Amino acid sequence: MKLECKHVWEHISGYIDETVDAKLREEIEKHLEHCEICSAVLDATRNILVLTADDRTFELPVGYSERLHQRLEEELKRKKQ
Amino acid sequence: METRGTTEAGLIARILAGETELFHELIRPYERMVYMTVFSVVKNEAEAEDGAQEAMINAYRHLASFRGDAKFSTWLVTIAINEGRKRLRKAKSAPEESIDEPTEGQEGEFTPALLTDWREIPLEALERKELREALRMAVAGLPDIYRQVFTLRDLEELNVEETAQALGIQAGAVKVRLHRARMMLQKRLVPLLKTTAPSRGRWFGRAL
Repeated sequence: MKLECKHVWEHISGYIDETVDAKLREEIEKHLEHCEICSAVLDATRNILVLTADDRTFELPVGYSERLHQRLEEELKRKKQ
Repeated sequence: METRGTTEAGLIARILAGETELFHELIRPYERMVYMTVFSVVKNEAEAEDGAQEAMINAYRHLASFRGDAKFSTWLVTIAINEGRKRLRKAKSAPEESIDEPTEGQEGEFTPALLTDWREIPLEALERKELREALRMAVAGLPDIYRQVFTLRDLEELNVEETAQALGIQAGAVKVRLHRARMMLQKRLVPLLKTTAPSRGRWFGRAL
């Protein structure tokens, strides 16, 4: 059975997360071998995930950690008294 | 993982036994996670920072109720989600979900951006600052339910079960929302990349 592009897109996420079953996985891979468009969609999605996992993309406010521990310290002291 | 679990359980026991100073050490690996989680709900830096502090204090106050049947990280994220939601409710008495919230249910047909160009993006391009900025904007622009799932799964790397538990939704909903979030982001970002990608360089392709 030949997969349509639309069907592949529906399972892109599952394919990346490796939650699609073996048979579907094989069909998708076969499709990707000859379909430039779906390969590009897959690459683009993966690139987004790489960027997302890059700590520089979503940064913490400067001084966040220091302020957090200072606030915690106040709480810890307060409790002890 | 096992070592960390043991260490963590040990730390928790010691904190509960009175060595409260160790709480600083206990939460250090999760500072980023808690902030990003609250931010995914409140979408405001100052509010997220304050909420993250509050969530950590709540975790400290209720540490004795942590049973260890869930992972400590999941427990913390759940507290962070609740703190964010509490703040959101306070901020607006209006309905929580925005009106442009897409309805769930049937498998929505999300057509991805059909551009083959992006597979030819060199690694250097992913290093660009504008690209990270564009992704931040695109994530901020996602409908709430999608942004929250995306943050927990792809930014904080929680698994499906942990994400479902933290958000109080079914595992199936996590998968559907994550898929839609990724497709929406892909659609938003591909055109931006198309105009800036140089035609030569090291390819960042399928080998990932």
